[in-house]
Amino acid sequence: MADAAALKRPAAPESAPAATEAVELRGLWRAFGDRAALRDLTISVPAGSTLAVLGPNGAGKTTLLRMLATLLRPTVGQVSVLGCPLPRDAWRARGRIGLLGHEPLLYRDLTGAENLRFQGRLYGLPGEGRERIAQLLERVRMSRRADELVRNLSAGMVQRIAVCRALLHEPELLLLDEPRSHLDPEAASLVEPLLGREPGRTRVLVTHDVDAGLAEADLVLALRAGGSVAYAGHASGLSAGDARAIYGGAP
Amino acid sequence: MRRPSSLSALRAILAKDLRVELRTLQSVPAMALFAVTTFVLFRYGLDREALSGSLAAGVLLATVLFAAILAINRLFVAEREEGGFDAIRLAPVDGTALLGAKAAALVIYLLVLEVIAVPIFGLFFLDSWSGIPPLAGVLVLADLGLAATGVLISSIAANSRARDLLVPLILLPLLVPVMIAAAGASQDLLAAGGPSYGGVAKWLAVLAFYDMTFAAVGFAVYDYLLED
Repeated sequence: MADAAALKRPAAPESAPAATEAVELRGLWRAFGDRAALRDLTISVPAGSTLAVLGPNGAGKTTLLRMLATLLRPTVGQVSVLGCPLPRDAWRARGRIGLLGHEPLLYRDLTGAENLRFQGRLYGLPGEGRERIAQLLERVRMSRRADELVRNLSAGMVQRIAVCRALLHEPELLLLDEPRSHLDPEAASLVEPLLGREPGRTRVLVTHDVDAGLAEADLVLALRAGGSVAYAGHASGLSAGDARAIYGGAP
Repeated sequence: MRRPSSLSALRAILAKDLRVELRTLQSVPAMALFAVTTFVLFRYGLDREALSGSLAAGVLLATVLFAAILAINRLFVAEREEGGFDAIRLAPVDGTALLGAKAAALVIYLLVLEVIAVPIFGLFFLDSWSGIPPLAGVLVLADLGLAATGVLISSIAANSRARDLLVPLILLPLLVPVMIAAAGASQDLLAAGGPSYGGVAKWLAVLAFYDMTFAAVGFAVYDYLLED
């Protein structure tokens, strides 16, 4: 099995600005029509740290991740990702972000390996990233199934390939939306080391598992249904009980 | 990580699309079947054993146009339903690479269609095949126009639930100039008694101007269209 240290981190793009704050949100609002999904969000996430985003369904967690991934524009307010103000400099941030969301972002009529090589070409990885693809597939124990069409794989296997896709280009900012979904305990234990803390990696983790979220995070952003902020600060400042109360609609 | 060139990204997306089409055969066989069926209908609907001039040009080009709609409707299905739009936008590539790749894929589909459909058209309707070789140039320019316009409209409609209705409703009026110019050139090439070339150059120039205009519009606005 490949060692984590053996997975070389590609150099950042030449034009990429260095940032001490990996994510900065100032007075951020996002609306869909006349419905606000996020309301007046302000938080800074230092580079190399982990932010857990907690909240019930409809709290705007996925919307926030899509904005950080440069896939959605803010309605009002300022967003800066990896030192790049969005949406103006989104092109600078793209390629440095890894997104593992509800959708695997894999083509069902390609094999897992073909999907990853396609991603390798889009990210300009040397040799389509074949060496790194082989290492990642080995880490998630999908080497033997990598040449099967994605449409023929189980949801858990697709999620393991999606983990490889999100990590293929060694992103500086890793956006994780319920990354253990579809995974059985054994598969979850395979991907957790890959998605864990690494030097130079900032993580934003959306989860409904309050205990795991608080344990992994340096910072917590707790959102109420409707997208308003219930808590934004250090993880040590929010108890598991208070976090669970937010799910029940407590102020 | 180095930022891939637009051409490199375009080739990657095009290769992916062609691989998926070869594997699933979702677009080209449907287009070819549609074209052959339409020729049969015209053959018996018009009750004519041979066509020439404007009627021949109209039958051929209208058939190609409507067959193209089938492929245009499907161009972005995988990008929309399987997250391809997001995956490509997350990568450090220009949106125009996606535009160029989809246009190139559509041109290839149309060329394959025409390789199948034009000989069948000739068998069904033409007394003389002498106009077919020069017709290839007209068809290529018409294909480029269909692709430049079709990709733009298809990507605009991709996120709409009514895209199957929106694409023809928006696209067909925009393609009227292509049809006029292509038919103008083709009717001389398919004239009874053999092709004549008097008015062909003028119509080819119109087609080329249309193609360049819509290609330029696409490259100018496509990155903006991809944003939410």
